Amino acid sequence: MSDAAGVLAGLGAGAVPAAPPHVSSRRRDLAMLLGAVVVLAAAARVIELRPLELARDVGNIGRFLQGYLHPSFANVGEYAWQCVVTVCIALWGTLLAIAVSVPLGLLGARNLAPHPLVYAAARRTMDVLRAVNEFVFALMFVTAVGLGPFAGMLALGLHTGGVLGKLLSETIEAIDPGQLEGVAAVGAGRAQVIAFGVVPQVMPNFISYILLRFESDIRSASVIGMVGGGGIGFYLWDTIRAFNDREAATVILLIVAMVMCVDVVSSRVRRAAI
Amino acid sequence: MDGFASPVVTIDRVTRTFRGKRALDDVSATIHPGQFVAVIGRSGAGKTTLLRCLARALRVDTGTIRFADVDLAALDGRALRGHRARVGMIYQQFNLVRRLRVIDNVLIGRLPHLVGWRRWAAVARWFAPAEHAIALRCLAHVGLVDRVWQRADTLSGGEQQRVAIAKILGQDPRVILADEPVASLDVLNGRLVMDTLRRIASDAGLTVVATLHHVDYARVYADRVLGLRAGSLVFNGPPAELTGAMLVDIFGEYPAPLSTSEALSAPALA
Repeated sequence: MSDAAGVLAGLGAGAVPAAPPHVSSRRRDLAMLLGAVVVLAAAARVIELRPLELARDVGNIGRFLQGYLHPSFANVGEYAWQCVVTVCIALWGTLLAIAVSVPLGLLGARNLAPHPLVYAAARRTMDVLRAVNEFVFALMFVTAVGLGPFAGMLALGLHTGGVLGKLLSETIEAIDPGQLEGVAAVGAGRAQVIAFGVVPQVMPNFISYILLRFESDIRSASVIGMVGGGGIGFYLWDTIRAFNDREAATVILLIVAMVMCVDVVSSRVRRAAI
Repeated sequence: MDGFASPVVTIDRVTRTFRGKRALDDVSATIHPGQFVAVIGRSGAGKTTLLRCLARALRVDTGTIRFADVDLAALDGRALRGHRARVGMIYQQFNLVRRLRVIDNVLIGRLPHLVGWRRWAAVARWFAPAEHAIALRCLAHVGLVDRVWQRADTLSGGEQQRVAIAKILGQDPRVILADEPVASLDVLNGRLVMDTLRRIASDAGLTVVATLHHVDYARVYADRVLGLRAGSLVFNGPPAELTGAMLVDIFGEYPAPLSTSEALSAPALA
C-alpha cells in the first residue's frame, strides 16, 4: 500500500471496515466441509467402494473384453434394422415429448400460469413424469399396446415430456418481463402474448433442449428393448445374457456408431437452427 | 386549462401503497384531450406508479381513475385488454421483442385491431397485406423505413425507442403513456424522441402523459406539468409557473435548476 501512486495516493484515510460483518462464516464453511466428508464417507461404505480391488483385478475386465474382439456379422442386417427402429422410437418419442411439454411448460411457468393451482398441478404432473423411469412407463404401456416399439415410444415421450416441460417452464420464468409487458400492453390476447412475447425469447433454448433430449432419447431407446419396448435393446439384452460375446460385440458396435451419427446430425441441426 | 373540454383522464383521490410505503397519496388531477402532460419528481416520488395505475398495470388502493367515463377498477378480461389497446405505452427500456424484426414489433401494435380468424393467423405471425402497409407507414412516420427487416436488437437505443413509437402509432391509441421515454437515450436521440411524441400529440390530437426527471424537457415540451413529491401532488399547472421555489418544493433538496441550454447539452445518462 505504501507505494500506491496516482489516484490511490490521493485517497482519503477514512475509517473502512476491516472484515465483512459475518465473522462466523469461516467456521460455518468448515462445518459444511466436515458434513460433506461424513456424508460421502458413509455413501462410500453403502456402495462398497473398494478402489484397491479394482486396481488388483482390473485384468479380469481385459479377459472379459477379449470375447468381444471378434464380432460376428451373421445377423448384422437384423441388428442394423433394429437400430433404425431405435432411431424411429426416439424421433417419435421426442415429438410426443414436445407435445406433452409445451402445454405443461406454459402452465407450469409462474409468470404465465393463469392460477396458482394450475401452476402447482402442472409442476406436480411434470415431477411425476420425470420421477417415473422410462422403463417403468414401458412396462406399463406393454400391458396396454403389447410388446414392441410403440410401447417404447410412448414411454420415452411421457418421461421426456416431463423433462422438457420443466426445462421449458424454467426458461419461460427467466425471460425478460419487459419484452413480455411490451406485447401485453397493446391489449393483445393470451395466445398472441405467448406467440410474440414468449416464443421468440425461449425458442433458441427450447430447440437446444429438444436436440439434447433427442440425443438422450436415442440412448434410452437403445436399451428400452430390454423390457419389451422395441428396438436394438432386445438383442443387446439377449446376446449379453446368453454370453454370446461375438454377437453382443456387433450390437454394441452398432449402438456406438448410431449414437455418434445421431450426435453429429443433431449438432448440425443445432447450428442451422440457432 | 381545466374545464374547456370533457377530460380524457380523471384521477380522483388516488392512493397506492407498497408494503406500507405510500407511493401515491391522495392524488387528484384531470387530463384533457390533446394535452402533453409531464409528470416530474425525484426517483421514488411515485411517477412510474401513477403511470402504471393509469395503464391499469397496477390497481389503486383507494380513489378512482376514469378514462372518459370508464372506471379502470371495474375492468377485467376483455374490457381490460380493450383499455390497454386504447392506451399506448412507451418505456424507458423500449421493451421491444429483441429477437423479432422491426416490422414484427410494429405489427404487434396491430394485434388488438385484428378480428376473427386473423387474430389466430397472427399467432403464426401472419398479417394481412393491409396491416403490413399500416406498419410500414408508421415506420416511415418515425423515419425508420430503412430498418424494417432488421432485428430489433441490432438498432441503437434511439432507433429502438422510435420503433416503439411506430408500434403505438399502429396501435392507434387515445392516450400515450410514456415512462421516462428519454432517460436511456443521449441528448440528440432524446430530443428526437420527444419531438416525435410532441408532433403526434399536436397532429393527431393525442393525449400524452410522460414521466420525465429532467425539468428542462418538461419546460420545453409539456402543456402542463404534474409535480410529485413523496407520492403527493405538489404542483399542477403550466410549465411557465414552474418557479425556482416550486422546483425546490417538488425536488426538496434539489439545487438551483440548470439553465435550459446547459441541461440539454449535457449528457443525460440513465
